Amino acid sequence: MIYKVISKKEFRRFVDLLVKSNSSFGPQQVDTDSRGNPVYQFKPVQTVDEIAFDYTATASSAKHFFLPFREELSSFTFHKDGWEQKISYDAEPVVLVGLRACDISALNILDDVLLNGHFPSPYYLAKRKNSFVIGMDHLPLPDCFCKSMSHHTVTTGFNLFCSDIGDNYYLSINSSKAFNFLKEFETRDPLYEDNCLLVERRKLIQHGFTTEIDVTALPSILDIEFDSPVWEKWGQKCLNCGTCAMVCPSCYCYSLTESFETNLKGAKREKRLYSCNLVDFAVVAGGHNFRPKNGDRLKYRYYHQHRGFAENDNQQICVGCNRCGRACLAGINPKDVINDLRMEKESCLTCVSSSPART
Amino acid sequence: MPDLRFVIPRQNINREDFASSSPDFNHRSEMMNTDRGFKCRITNIVQLTEQEKLFQLRIVDPLERARFRFKPGQFLMLELPGYGDVPISISSSSANHEFLELCIRKAGHVTSALFTIEEGAYVAIRGPFGSLFPMDEMAGHNVFLIAGGLGIAPLRAPLFWINEHRDRFLDVNLLYGAKEPSQLLFTWQFEEWEKINHIRLHTIVEHGDAAWRGKRGMITDLFNDISVDVKKSYAIVCGPPIMFKFVCGYLDKLGIPMNRMFVSLERRMHCGMGKCCRCMVGSTFTCIDGPVFDYWSVMNLKEAI
Repeated sequence: MIYKVISKKEFRRFVDLLVKSNSSFGPQQVDTDSRGNPVYQFKPVQTVDEIAFDYTATASSAKHFFLPFREELSSFTFHKDGWEQKISYDAEPVVLVGLRACDISALNILDDVLLNGHFPSPYYLAKRKNSFVIGMDHLPLPDCFCKSMSHHTVTTGFNLFCSDIGDNYYLSINSSKAFNFLKEFETRDPLYEDNCLLVERRKLIQHGFTTEIDVTALPSILDIEFDSPVWEKWGQKCLNCGTCAMVCPSCYCYSLTESFETNLKGAKREKRLYSCNLVDFAVVAGGHNFRPKNGDRLKYRYYHQHRGFAENDNQQICVGCNRCGRACLAGINPKDVINDLRMEKESCLTCVSSSPART
Repeated sequence: MPDLRFVIPRQNINREDFASSSPDFNHRSEMMNTDRGFKCRITNIVQLTEQEKLFQLRIVDPLERARFRFKPGQFLMLELPGYGDVPISISSSSANHEFLELCIRKAGHVTSALFTIEEGAYVAIRGPFGSLFPMDEMAGHNVFLIAGGLGIAPLRAPLFWINEHRDRFLDVNLLYGAKEPSQLLFTWQFEEWEKINHIRLHTIVEHGDAAWRGKRGMITDLFNDISVDVKKSYAIVCGPPIMFKFVCGYLDKLGIPMNRMFVSLERRMHCGMGKCCRCMVGSTFTCIDGPVFDYWSVMNLKEAI
């Protein structure tokens, strides 16, 4: 890692050139929500002026550049003697500007899961290799709990990371590609003052978190509380819509569907992102559902997010961005669920929702 | 206008990218290609019952056929282009390198389509995936193979293994239960297994018809007539989810150690490679860590059985 300092004006010039030369995506305001807050998404950008550098957090995460909702895995062409299968792992290079530390952490977790197992995913790798990630730090939102999951800082997984230190950006350069690009621009080595400003900035972020979740020994608590009524309570609220998994930066479960071309001369095999909260997630042929109840599925999601990887990879999959909590139509918030589970609030078990049970 | 100095070159992936990942992948990738299916020709179809058919497959490419090796307990993903793919346990002998046999029940979208195709059609297989029955560990012991209904299909591979290495094992008992006599599969092999391979065969049905002369009842009733030497026995249990609980519970009461009982779980799968998470039980993948588990691991998994 090489550290440099660049003025904000020069940085904009750099990003502008990069964005104009490549297919690029950056945060843009697309709408306002019911409370009047702006809604941001990663959108294709052509110039630096289209990028909202001061955005809070995007509604969808950056995982969709690597795990699209729909992805064609292979195609078949039928002929007289059966068929031919065609697979390609091609990906176009993309520049992603303005990812937050938790987004990049989530990509690192996906790297662990999808590239380090027994069967690395070439589709993901092709996209990951062909991406240029510029991260930006930000002051925490009132409801995110990245610090509790220790994902509020990131040290790897990006090409370039910018910390806002007043008039300048403090750059962490993590790839030769980024270093070579920056040679063309006016940068300088960090001075003592810059380092002080960076420390100040980090402290500001560190102490800016208002939401905290105690995740100490959460894996074992999840085990012990497997039959807890908490799951039933939150399960009754859950609408089984799967929104949480769609906006989650580290959820990667999918489903495969195959379909014929209209001319019946071929077929394609498609992967679609799925959610473990959808009713048929664990239905096997013959109709048996291994997780028939709302609460079972909700529990499984928390289990996977907060326990699954504690056992396999010694890390939790959740990064604490609270996108699921913000997006949930039923108002289910990971903070409340986990606090309930830890029995932080005495009254929590009595306030069972009055909504009818759904199965 | 794009500035050429700032255009990010496109990178292709290659084998070296995976060199730093888990060590046995490079070895595995020699054996199989996880995304590309092996093209297979269906060489024979046997209608076993109304709901079950036995498909005999032969991998078309001789090189791929030579490379495809599996161990008892493993499964493969059978793909019917345009319809989808399904996990199917291999029910032929692992020593048979020419043909694969798959016993399939008509239950879902893909298997229903599979029931309409005829000999000579082409399907694709990926795999083999999953864990194995520890046949070497079982050598020198009594073995109980306990199957319920279609559970005989994954048990055929270890059974073939035992038949091929019969001198390594002591008493081998096959306990096979079904709802009705007509649902007993592979009945034509019963005599061969009993007389040539000296396997003690016990069958039982829940609802026998007039022609049925055997036993009626639950599968655990068969143990009334069998003496179990708990210190020298291994058990393999396979059947519908409900069966695991009471058969394994019964064997546990008899005193067979939990790590000597093996079950083969069934889950929905879309990839077979631990990526789609559909088959996850707690924090364990049925496709990578399973489908064969010892009863101790299954006991510790939440919502496994």
